[in-house]
Amino acid sequence: MKILVVEDDVEAGRYLARAFGEVGHIADLATDGESGLEMALSGTYDVLVIDRMLPKRDGLSLIMALRAEKRVTPVLILSALGQVDDRVLGLRAGGDDYLTKPYAFMECLARVEALARRQNPQATQLTYRVGDLELDRLAHRVTRAGEEIVLQPREFRLLEYLMRHAGQVVTRTMLLENVWDYHFDPQTNVIDVHISRLRSKIERGQGQSLLHTIRGSGYMMRDNAR
Amino acid sequence: MLRALARTGLLLRTTAFRLAGLYLLVFILFAVFVLGYLDWSTRRLLDAQITETIETEIGNLADQYRQAGMRRLITVMERRGRQGNVFIYLLVDEKGDSVTGNALLRLPLLQQSPGWIEAEYNWPDESDEIERLAKIRIFVLPSGHRLFVGRDLEERERMKEVIARARGSTFLMVFLLGGFGAWFITRRVLTRIDAIAQSSGEILAGNKAERLPVSPVNDEFDRLARHINTLLDRTDALMAGLQDLSDNVAHDLRTPLTRLRNSIEDALRNAQSAEDSRAALEKAIEDSSQIIRIFDALLMIARAESGHLAPTLTPVDIGAVVEGMAELYEPLAEEAGLHLRVHVAPGLTVNASRELVGQALANLIDNALKYGLPLPDSGAEPVLTLSAEQVGEKVHIALADHGAGIPAGARARVLSRFVRLEKSRTQPGFGLGLSLVAAIMRLHGGSLSLEENSPGLKVTMIFPVAAQKSASE
Repeated sequence: MKILVVEDDVEAGRYLARAFGEVGHIADLATDGESGLEMALSGTYDVLVIDRMLPKRDGLSLIMALRAEKRVTPVLILSALGQVDDRVLGLRAGGDDYLTKPYAFMECLARVEALARRQNPQATQLTYRVGDLELDRLAHRVTRAGEEIVLQPREFRLLEYLMRHAGQVVTRTMLLENVWDYHFDPQTNVIDVHISRLRSKIERGQGQSLLHTIRGSGYMMRDNAR
Repeated sequence: MLRALARTGLLLRTTAFRLAGLYLLVFILFAVFVLGYLDWSTRRLLDAQITETIETEIGNLADQYRQAGMRRLITVMERRGRQGNVFIYLLVDEKGDSVTGNALLRLPLLQQSPGWIEAEYNWPDESDEIERLAKIRIFVLPSGHRLFVGRDLEERERMKEVIARARGSTFLMVFLLGGFGAWFITRRVLTRIDAIAQSSGEILAGNKAERLPVSPVNDEFDRLARHINTLLDRTDALMAGLQDLSDNVAHDLRTPLTRLRNSIEDALRNAQSAEDSRAALEKAIEDSSQIIRIFDALLMIARAESGHLAPTLTPVDIGAVVEGMAELYEPLAEEAGLHLRVHVAPGLTVNASRELVGQALANLIDNALKYGLPLPDSGAEPVLTLSAEQVGEKVHIALADHGAGIPAGARARVLSRFVRLEKSRTQPGFGLGLSLVAAIMRLHGGSLSLEENSPGLKVTMIFPVAAQKSASE
């Protein structure tokens, strides 16, 4: 995956680019808004990671200029402004996701990968399948090895989100944002309890584990057998 | 001298002085009009009176003439002429020679056409240097004789002089009083403004306790001064809040930062293996996230306390928010050994930030999960009750537990920042939870109340009900 990082703090920018490189992505770095816009327009990037406050051209204005050029490349906004309204402003300007500084790299990575996947047409398919677990979005039906599993509506949405991002790390804050639509930092293990309930329902002793805990970052749906 | 001049210049440039000058001008115009009108109407009245008496006199003489002829007329005129200098009588024949009369008219008598004239005259026994003016009616008799009957205009002219004198003295008075008034008012205004300028100068110089002077008169200056004083009080409160915040940031972030630093130093000195180092680094990351949380909470509280930067509030179905949070926390409560019961009345709408209310509820539930377990000997049910209902003009969202509760005397104290009661020292946390919730409630124009739930604690978030308009949308 090719990522453009626009970050004026050179040290933070290099760190991000290097860390993306370590996990197998290619990351370019721009250190001001103007060169960031230029690179975003000329290059072919899968995801843009843009700091909100930049010299020469503000991050939000960069995104708006990009959208005015009909570029739909997904954008993750990094910002030191963490209030509810700041976030709304960022998304309204055309950003696709918003991450408040300071952040964990794993959180940033998980969000960047989720954004890249959003571009993928299979994200909107009607059935998701991981191993022998199958989720039918239209019929609201979940089966494992052909056997139906009854889920609460929220559990269904949780599983749907995890399966849509199968093979990717999904963090706790991403789950709270996308399944419950809250953006604060869950200080307790409130998400973990939901996951373990869901896990006990879809993995009732049978078959192998599909819902994995990724230590220090979050969860991932994956069929290890394949 | 220069100062006095400068001060006079200052005086002349003031709005008050200019206004006073304008008023002075208006008064002068008014006086001119009033005196002019008085003059005109007095003259008209006197003229009319004179005309009328002359008409009457001529009428009488004409009667005499008609009844008894010329001789009789002459006799009557002579008799009347001797009765004092009231009327002027003169009768001339067709050649212009005086037949009888009591006055000398200085004009060609025959050339005058019949009617009214104003003419100078003298009594026969006085020098012609004395100027007398009379209003005279000229009447031609059928015999060709001309009859002049007139009356002195001295009275009228005297009135004219009186009025002219009055005009002069009036103008003098208006000028004197108006000028003095303008000077007095301007001085007064300048004094007030100087006092205000002096006070604000002191405030600018750093005397924050100084306020603008307010007199008991309660005029526009006092109202202005009071407004500015309120503004200053508000600014002071904001400044104090900022001071408070920076003190807190300095003091309360230092503790966890020191802890972070200590654990890193400890790892550097004592870590035996890569695994030890890794654990220490993970601990450091966890500590730093905690510091961020404290920082965020402090900012939020400071924002709420300053009363500014309120988030955008929109009509929110608060029942749905409560149910959503209950659904989110129900498994965690279960795991903590508490049963979470939910009672939500339908159709509750408040103007709120869903995000902040959710966060506040999460804080309250977190607290209840930590402290809401019934004491072993209390025999109370391990139940948390989360409810939302409308009470009058307010919406109450309450979370009640049967835990140890908070002693009545300590309830106000737990709402302030970083206060953790002795019993809670063993639990993780930074003592910001409740004060954060209180801050969020203040941002919503609501409040937070803590009550005894015997046993346990009942925390109630009190919101003002959204206007009917937004509720029906």
